[in-house]
Amino acid sequence: MDFTFTDDQLTFREAVSRFLMTEAAPERLREIWETDTGRSPELRKNIAEQGLTALSVPEDCGGLGMDDVAWALMTQELGYYAIPDSLADAAYVAAGLIAALPAGTASREDWLGRIADGSIRIAVGHPVNPLVADANPANLLLLAHGDEVHAVPREQVEVESNASIDLSRRLARVRWAPAASTLIAEGEAGRALWAQTLNRGALSTAGQLLGLAQRMLDLSVDYVAQRKQFGKPIGSFQAVKHHLADVATKVEFAKPVLYRAAYALAHGEAGADARVSHAKLICGDAAWQAARHGIQVHGAMGYTWEVDLQMFMKRAWALDAAWGDRGFHKARVADAILADGAALGPGHTFEE
Amino acid sequence: MDLAYTPRQKAFRAEVRAWLTANLPAEPLASYDTREGFEQHREWERKLFDARLSMVIWPEALGGRGCDLIEWLIFEEEYYGAGAPMRVNQNGQLLLGPTLIEFGSESQKARFLPRMASSEDMWAQGWSEPNAGSDMAAITSKAILSADGSHYVVNGQKTWSTRAIFADWLFGLFRSDPASSRHHGLSYLAVPLDAPGVTIRPIQALNGKQAFAEVFFDDVKVPVDNRIGDEGQGWHVAMATAGFERGLLLRSPARFQYTARRLVELYKSHRDVADRDPGIRDAVLEAWTGAEAYALSAYHTVGRLAKGARIGAEASTNKIYWSELDLKMHETAMRILGPLGELTGDAPAAVEAARWLDGFLFAQAGPIYAGTNEIQRNIIAERMLGLPK
Repeated sequence: MDFTFTDDQLTFREAVSRFLMTEAAPERLREIWETDTGRSPELRKNIAEQGLTALSVPEDCGGLGMDDVAWALMTQELGYYAIPDSLADAAYVAAGLIAALPAGTASREDWLGRIADGSIRIAVGHPVNPLVADANPANLLLLAHGDEVHAVPREQVEVESNASIDLSRRLARVRWAPAASTLIAEGEAGRALWAQTLNRGALSTAGQLLGLAQRMLDLSVDYVAQRKQFGKPIGSFQAVKHHLADVATKVEFAKPVLYRAAYALAHGEAGADARVSHAKLICGDAAWQAARHGIQVHGAMGYTWEVDLQMFMKRAWALDAAWGDRGFHKARVADAILADGAALGPGHTFEE
Repeated sequence: MDLAYTPRQKAFRAEVRAWLTANLPAEPLASYDTREGFEQHREWERKLFDARLSMVIWPEALGGRGCDLIEWLIFEEEYYGAGAPMRVNQNGQLLLGPTLIEFGSESQKARFLPRMASSEDMWAQGWSEPNAGSDMAAITSKAILSADGSHYVVNGQKTWSTRAIFADWLFGLFRSDPASSRHHGLSYLAVPLDAPGVTIRPIQALNGKQAFAEVFFDDVKVPVDNRIGDEGQGWHVAMATAGFERGLLLRSPARFQYTARRLVELYKSHRDVADRDPGIRDAVLEAWTGAEAYALSAYHTVGRLAKGARIGAEASTNKIYWSELDLKMHETAMRILGPLGELTGDAPAAVEAARWLDGFLFAQAGPIYAGTNEIQRNIIAERMLGLPK
């Protein structure tokens, strides 16, 4: 029983954090978000060169074969630096779906290789999301038709952009026609792939929400330590301290829930659905409270476009309902714990 | 990360489970806030001790079993999962015990710890005073060393000493340098409660029982051998024992997971009335998610400790988390019980002999004792987030 990360995993996370800190500084993101596509080929290239697009591609397809547990650290960094959906969706969620296809499936190895080297953008249209993130700039879309999984080239998809309050989110309604040429899985296999993809998308979002919560907490701590009123930093007042202490507490207790869910997914545990939903709920809750208390302690500055808090706050508001909103995930938790004979209580945290 | 228990851990779990199945009292013990219940609990503690299950993480030579913290978590899961009695001596075992192990002399450890593990000696804590509550450094009770250096003469008053009216010993902080102030000049002493000059006046708690007491000291002679740690270093001794370990040991996750399981059962058996209030289902889900998060946090932290990590002010998040979770769960139970919630244990129509009401009353104290949650939030803000004083 060892519920911790290896030193290698933690060191890798540090390295990714340092890389993103310089590559994805808020002023740089603001510039990118002002563009039509909202995406920067240059940033994408740097990210691919750093190997971040290759993380979960299997080793025999040119990747690093990283599992969900290591991604639970990575997605927090993606959230912390507000990296747009396209990276995690392609390098983690889509890569996971494609890697799970039977070896020898047409184009499988080609797609995985191109995810690894960053030369393909893949958007995922899971039915739980009414709109598809990054459908427009994608080269390939993974789309659902009932249980069927289709891999549809961008030119066969009609895309209608829908603006989000979070400028990093590029959402679209898609119209397309299923064809035999685009079908990559169906029936039981298709259903299983979509179920696994939903969990991976929800877990990815949960990790990003937790990273966003930490970022908003850090921004708020910095702000209240330097902003003075009544002759002293407002961070010395208990009312302000307690707002931020509450956020810190939520963040602390959300982390291990995220890690437990990642492990359940990586190991195909029967209870993975409830674990993932728990993670999504608790990380979303931490992020929403970090946003609410963050804007409160920033005062009127928090309500401005100018202060960076808004970038992370809007992303938190948006991601809370992505890959299953709270109602969806609460229903999955309820299904698990209210079931007859559910294994609950002491001693069932790691075993049925 | 490897979330499988080792064969040794599984065997330990099986052993604890088998022992509890064979030895659990057939009838629930009386409340340990009564003399009768206190002695019943003492008897139960003795049984646990004889099976070497009283203080599993203490060294064998001191009455323990030498378990690591994962095994301790397993023990707690089995213990609370079986619905075993509350631990009556845990202020001594879990607050003073680790301090003695870290700061006590060899003779103090041999003298105090085995008898504490077996509950032959029951301990009450002596931190708070009438004017030193959240501001504990305002302690004024004095312990002045005699001219020959053989004993302290203790004068003053302690309060909120849990079950002191039934206990044998008290541990706490006393001002040994009368010229000192705040956290300087304090010494950590163990005081026998049958010593001449000690007067104990019970305080009736919310539940109507004598759950805590005021303790008055009038020229009480305490041998210098009863000082734990160095003269004047009491504050350091009291604070230095890893705050995390004490906090976690005092309120293990299993206790709250057990309450969460009971709450799910209560909800499922009362759905016809409970579902009229749509907030109840949500609160029941949050009981499970909250207790599970606390357990996961404990395992994560224990794993990090085993790898040599140091846990600092983030321990204060534990106190806030479990106390608010416990309160929320009991509030939810009261809402489910509706008009039956107010009935006391001897009321014929009471559900589960008013166990939820008892827990609800005690849960009110959680955010107050062991450092109020407001104090914990200050600690988090100042020491974990680095905000200015």
